[in-house]
Amino acid sequence: MELTQRKIGKKGMEQIVIVGNGVAGITAARWLRKLGDAKIYVISSESAYFFSRTALMYVYMGHMLWKDIEPYPRDFYSKNRIDLLHTKVQSIDFQSKIVLTEGNKPLAYDRLILATGSKSKSFDFPGNHLKGISSFYYKQDLEHLNQISDSIKHAVIVGGGLIGIELAEMFCSRNIPVTMLVRETDYWAHVLPEDEARMISRHIQDHKIDLQLETRLQAVMGDETGRVNKIITDKGAEINCNFVALAIGVVPNIDIVQNTHLECDHGILVNEYLETNIEHVYAIGDCAQLRDPILGRKATETAWYIAKAMGKTLAHHICQQPTAYQQVLWYNSAKLLDIEYQVYGQVPAQIKYPLNSLHLELPNGRQSIRITYDHDTKVVKGFLLMGFRFRQDVCERWILNKTVLENVVSYIRLAFFEPEFYKGFARRYMKKFNIEFGKSAYLKTRGSFDSVLKFFKRSKKKESDESEHN
Amino acid sequence: MNLSIIKITFTFRELIQIAASGVMIFGIGLMILGGFQILENKLLLIQNAFAYSSVGFIIYWLSSYWGKPAGIKNDGVWFKAVSSRKWIAWLLAIVLTSFYCILYWFPEYLGYNEKGNTGFVAFFDPLSYYLKNKAASQWFVYGVLYTWAILLFGIKFIIKYRHSRYQILRTLSVMFFQTAFAFIIPEFLQRMNLPYHDYKNIWPLNYYFFDGWHLDEMLMNGKIGYWMLMSGILMILIGSPILTFLFGKRWYCSWICGCGGLAETAGDAFRQLSDKSVKAWKLERIIIYSILLFVIAMTGGVIYTYITGELYLLGISTDKIRSIYGFAIGATFSGVIGVGFYPLLGSRVWCRFGCPMAAILGIQQRFFSRFRITTNGGQCISCGNCSSYCEMGIDVRSYAQNGKNIVRASCVGCGICAAVCPRGVLKLENGTIDLFNRVENPYLKNPPTTNS
Repeated sequence: MELTQRKIGKKGMEQIVIVGNGVAGITAARWLRKLGDAKIYVISSESAYFFSRTALMYVYMGHMLWKDIEPYPRDFYSKNRIDLLHTKVQSIDFQSKIVLTEGNKPLAYDRLILATGSKSKSFDFPGNHLKGISSFYYKQDLEHLNQISDSIKHAVIVGGGLIGIELAEMFCSRNIPVTMLVRETDYWAHVLPEDEARMISRHIQDHKIDLQLETRLQAVMGDETGRVNKIITDKGAEINCNFVALAIGVVPNIDIVQNTHLECDHGILVNEYLETNIEHVYAIGDCAQLRDPILGRKATETAWYIAKAMGKTLAHHICQQPTAYQQVLWYNSAKLLDIEYQVYGQVPAQIKYPLNSLHLELPNGRQSIRITYDHDTKVVKGFLLMGFRFRQDVCERWILNKTVLENVVSYIRLAFFEPEFYKGFARRYMKKFNIEFGKSAYLKTRGSFDSVLKFFKRSKKKESDESEHN
Repeated sequence: MNLSIIKITFTFRELIQIAASGVMIFGIGLMILGGFQILENKLLLIQNAFAYSSVGFIIYWLSSYWGKPAGIKNDGVWFKAVSSRKWIAWLLAIVLTSFYCILYWFPEYLGYNEKGNTGFVAFFDPLSYYLKNKAASQWFVYGVLYTWAILLFGIKFIIKYRHSRYQILRTLSVMFFQTAFAFIIPEFLQRMNLPYHDYKNIWPLNYYFFDGWHLDEMLMNGKIGYWMLMSGILMILIGSPILTFLFGKRWYCSWICGCGGLAETAGDAFRQLSDKSVKAWKLERIIIYSILLFVIAMTGGVIYTYITGELYLLGISTDKIRSIYGFAIGATFSGVIGVGFYPLLGSRVWCRFGCPMAAILGIQQRFFSRFRITTNGGQCISCGNCSSYCEMGIDVRSYAQNGKNIVRASCVGCGICAAVCPRGVLKLENGTIDLFNRVENPYLKNPPTTNS
């Protein structure tokens, strides 16, 4: 076995190998290069270059070409001395610090960063061996779907989450009739509060998608060629279709480290420094599972922003002083067909004491706002926007500064991030607040960008005053 | 509802689209017949030609979007032959460039004749007589078709982006300025035997503003002529800098300008074709600022000639320079390439690489304007929709994914990047407080989170 020589150029020049070229891996590589001079390898079997996974759907829908969803120009990596290896990792020898890639080619490392991401969840059901059943996660899934798309007469999507609705939108764009099977009472009802979940369910139906709620997949039947030709739901209904898309969620993709000394639960276990139980081996992104998540947060959060933050934090941790990854205020956003969704802070599906919320849905049935607050102190805890854009920094500042609801509602326009000339809802929301709380508060700002800047100047000054005081 | 015709199944929507296309083609057919002088009763003919083709066009687009929830409609942009540089795009480019070549250099083939028009130009005579009591010229024909295109494609654009008030107002604005300022007012001025004058066409886009003949023309027309001259100069020196300071160059480029108006409406289907490479950006800066220097030198020369009567400045004929600019930049670049290459290079080739007005406004926008596009926290998912649909070839994503604001000389503020963003990351904004710190917002320097 011939070992790839560690380059001993400059003193202390380390060789860092990153497995996975998704957003976690590439963000880590980018920051490692910014902060240090290590030799960096990034290995991926999926694609030669980093691409935006969330944008795969836009390639299928014809909004963009493949090269458009690659966030960096291809010469970016050579310019930044990041070596990309388009190959599969076969095994990792943690003892001798070697990664074995396809064809038993060894690659030695001083530090190893595992950023292997997720894979689609699957489950057992009669007929799951048939042709025409697929999930949608990898580049290869897109290529497969592109190939067979013309032959799809009717598609059934199993699962009511983000990938499910993406798939529905994709099929709609190619005029393929879609049935969506959702286990819950409404679309994404285990994440969205009832009003919002119902709004999206309605919106799905507006797109002429056959949405079947509280329905599970019972079995899939095939024709003589072994291809899907219908499904049977748990309600006994038969739906003719020749494609079934499984979108029931994702799990950490940790196959290559199964049965090694690396400690895993459902993901690779890491401490707050994103270190695994083996020295100089780290895990970031979807494949990592935090040993001690903070209260109310998950140990594995599969979101683009989390992966990006982890990659950046780890690079700082390796190159500079020890840096812990902090689960800062939760935020997420998505586009559910035509309705944009944004969440900041705590907005659970079931809003229970001590949490309470002030919700307003506009008459068009496509826009709503919900602010959650502590029932006793009236301190604002979270924001949930449907069909309306809010300014993340303002919302976060309000939550972190423990602002009370009345102040937030009076200054709500500071948070509006809609295009100019938008039709806002500030007055209605103020009115709703006043009725609910029997107050006569009024709107205090028109929300110009200058007033947003002033707001930040003020709150910064307040912070520095407080720290001087302390 | 489905109807089967010879084994091909059409949906109800497609049937209406086919019928509407038929009506539109009938209208265009009348126009061509009119061009060949086959039918009599010209006034009725031109009315019918425009009515049928307009109604067909509008019904076609209404039926395309009817019953579909409002939102971004870019499905299949890269599959359609017209918007992905395939054969229809090439055909269209050839037709458009040929039309411009004939219009500029061989108008007689359109039937233009000072002693009495024939052919396609004569077809427009009744309308021209109606508006200004004169026979049509090739420029009148061009003006009518140009305005007509902005109005029709403007309606299409509004239907497409009906969920965004910014897009609706902006499009109504370019439709209004084209119809009133570039078409109706100049025609009525001519009807009253006053010189042709498009108030919104400002130097240096209007490169002949300071030419001797144009100055004479204005100065010989009494008060209204002086007003044209003074308002033109005031716009250059005061109006335009103030408006650009307040709103960025978008006040002109995507709200008023006729070139921009056509690019935003008729060119909307081609915005994704602009080149986003760094190489293109470098080329853009070299070409556009060279043209700006050229137009400034040329204008200096013609003013020198006007004042002193000397035909040569530093041994160069100012008249010769003027005609070179008129041919190479005024006609070839802005017309033949600028519009003719829409289907191949995107809709803003002229605005991005050539327009000296855009260059001046751009310099001001970059260094002294309240305008910028802000990035919302750390929410960018690097999907690339913003960069793809930027008609000016700005790699918006490269800023957004690093949490930086976009302050670029070329940005015309069309707002499409913000519209197509699936995560609500971008917003066009004007603010005075951080005037010289717009790229890095002060509050983003110490963000509450470390996620961006």
